[in-house]
Amino acid sequence: MTSTRTPNVAGPTAGDELARTPRRAGFSQTLGRWDVKLSPYLYISPFFLLFIVVGLFPLFYTAFVSVHQWGLLKGQGDYVGLENFTTVLQQEIFWKSVRNTISIFLLSSIPQIAIALVIAAILDANLRAKTFWRMGVLVPYVVAPVAVALIFGQMFADQSGIINQVLRNIGLEGVRWHAEVFPSHVAIATMVNFRWTGYNTLILLAAMQAIPRDLYEAALIDGAGRLRQFFSVTIPMLRPAIIFVIITSTIGGLQIFDEPRMFDQDGRGGSDQQYLTVTNYIYQVGWAQKNFGRAAAVAWLLFLIIVIIGIVNYLITRRISSENQGGKKRKKVGA
Amino acid sequence: MSVMGAGAGGEMGGAPSVAAIEQFAGKGAARSAARRRGRPGAEGGTQRRPSWITYVLLTIVVIISFYPLYYAFLLASSTAPDIARHPIPSLVPGTHFFDNVSRVLESGVPFTQAVINSVIIAVVMSLSVVLFSTLAGFSFAKLRFRGRGPLLVFVIATTAVPTQLGVVPLFLVMKQLHWIGQLQAVIVPGLVTAFGVFWMTQYLEQALPYELIEAARVDGASMLRTFWSIALPAARPAATMLALFTFVASWTNYFWPFIVLGSKNPTLPIALQQLQAAYFKDMSLIMAGVVLSVIPLLILFVIAGRQLVAGIMQGAVKG
Repeated sequence: MTSTRTPNVAGPTAGDELARTPRRAGFSQTLGRWDVKLSPYLYISPFFLLFIVVGLFPLFYTAFVSVHQWGLLKGQGDYVGLENFTTVLQQEIFWKSVRNTISIFLLSSIPQIAIALVIAAILDANLRAKTFWRMGVLVPYVVAPVAVALIFGQMFADQSGIINQVLRNIGLEGVRWHAEVFPSHVAIATMVNFRWTGYNTLILLAAMQAIPRDLYEAALIDGAGRLRQFFSVTIPMLRPAIIFVIITSTIGGLQIFDEPRMFDQDGRGGSDQQYLTVTNYIYQVGWAQKNFGRAAAVAWLLFLIIVIIGIVNYLITRRISSENQGGKKRKKVGA
Repeated sequence: MSVMGAGAGGEMGGAPSVAAIEQFAGKGAARSAARRRGRPGAEGGTQRRPSWITYVLLTIVVIISFYPLYYAFLLASSTAPDIARHPIPSLVPGTHFFDNVSRVLESGVPFTQAVINSVIIAVVMSLSVVLFSTLAGFSFAKLRFRGRGPLLVFVIATTAVPTQLGVVPLFLVMKQLHWIGQLQAVIVPGLVTAFGVFWMTQYLEQALPYELIEAARVDGASMLRTFWSIALPAARPAATMLALFTFVASWTNYFWPFIVLGSKNPTLPIALQQLQAAYFKDMSLIMAGVVLSVIPLLILFVIAGRQLVAGIMQGAVKG
C-alpha cells in the first residue's frame, strides 16, 4: 500500500492539467469548475454513505443497545449499565462458545496455512497445464459453506458416514464426531479448511513467484538443500503474504457461523453446546431468546476477542519471521 | 505487475553469498531483477520441468478437492436406505438423481423461489458493486481532491472491521424500514464494498493513463462522461474479476440473509438449511438440493475459473 499521490505518467503538470477546464465564458465555465471540484467527492460518496449506515452506525449502536434492556418485540427498555455484560460473562454457555470458537479457529487456520504453503510450493514449478492445477485447487471455494457443511456433516456422520466406515474397515473404532467436543471441532475445522485452503494456496503461490530466483541460486551455491531453501528463503520472503492470510483468516475464522449452525439439523451447537460458536450464541440470544441487549453485549465481547487475538497474532508472526524487518510495511517495487 | 517484499533480501540464513551481495549491492539492480523475475512470462524460466512425483501429488490434491462434490452427487443419486447400508458409496452414480430432484422441488421448501432470489441478489449486487467501486476507484486513482490520501486509508482500514458484529442494530434498522423478509434487506448493505473500491483503485492507477483523461477533458467531456467512456472501458478486466468475486460471495452467503429474510422468502443456502431441518432422515433428498445449489457456480467456474485464479493471484501480489 504505497502512496497514491504521485501520478506515474505524463510529467509534472498532469494533475494541474486536469483541474483546468477549457476556456469558455460564464455559466458553463462555472459549471465546469464545480464539476471538477465536486465530482471526486460525489464518486466516492456511495461507499462512505453506505459504510456509515450499514457499517459504522451499527457498530456503535451495538454499544448503545448493549447497555439497555432490549427485546426483539418490545424494543428499547431501561438503561441497565453493564448488566448485560456481567450476565453474559457469568454464563457457562458463553465461555463454552469462546472455547469452541478459539479451538475451531486454531484447528482450521494453522493446518490450513501449513497445507497451503506446501501445495503452493508444489505448484511453484514449471508445470504443464498450470491453469488446470490452479483451478483444481480452487474448486471448493465456489461451494457455499452451507453446502460444504451438509456434505461433510454426512461424511462425518457417526453411523452412515464414510469416514467412520473407513476407520472401521481398517480396524479402528468409529469416532463420535458429533457428540464429543474435540472431534466435532476437527470435523467443523475440516469444512473450513476444505473451502479455503485452495484460495490461500493461490495467494501464497503468487507471492512465491515474485521471489527473485537468484536467491535460490545463491542458496544453492551456499549448499542449501530443497528443504533448507524452503525454510530460509521461501518462508521469510513470503512474510507479508503470510501475515495477510493470517489476518484475514483471523477476522473471518473467529466469526464462524455457517458450518457449526449446519452441523446438525437443530443448529443449536450440539446437545451440550460442544460446537456452539460465539456468533451462533449471538444468534441464539438475539433471535431465539429475543434478547437484543444481551446479544449486542456478546457481539462487543467477540469484537474484543478478535482485537486481542489479532494483536497476539501480529506479535507472534513478527517474532517468528524476521528480525530486521521490524515495523516495515510491505513494499511495492514494480509499477 | 508489482512485486512485494523485495526489501526482505538480506534474510537468508548464514553469511550472504557472492551472488547475494551482488544482488543487493544496489537497490536499482535488485529492483529491476525483482521486476524481471516477477513477470509471469519469466516465472520459473530457468527451471526444468518437474518430475512425475509433483504431478502425482497434485493429482491427489485435486481429487481431494473434487471428491466431496462427487460424493454429494453419489448420495443425491441414491436412496436413503442405500446410504444407510453403504456408508462408502460406489463410484458409479445411482439412478435416482432426477427422482430426488423432483422431490426437492415438490417439497414444502420454496426451492424454486430460492433459486430466483439468489440469482436476483447476486446479479444486482455484482453490477452495483462494480459500478460504484469503479466510480470510487476512478476518483481515488486519477482525480485530485483534498483529503484523498486519508480517505483511501480509511477505506482500506474498513476492510478489517468485522461488520458481522453489527447484525443486531442492522436488524433494527431493517425492521424500522419494514424490509424484514424482503430482498432489498440483503442487497442494499452490499451495494458497494471497501474491497471493491480498493481493488478498482489499485487497478485503475496503473491501467488508465492520464493522457486519455486529459484528451477527453480537452474535448469538453464532463467528469461523468469521462468516467463512462474512458475509465469504465479501461477498467473492464478488473471489473470482470470483481463481479465474479461478488457473485460467488453473494451466492454462498448465509448468515445475514438467514437473519433478515427468514424462511418464507429464502435464498439457496437458507433453503438448504430448511431442507435439512425438514428431511434430516433423508440424505439423498438433501444432497440433491446441495447439488442443485452448487451446479450454477460450477458452470460459472468452468467458464470463468481462469479469471478467478488470476484475480486471487493479482490481489495477493498487490496486497
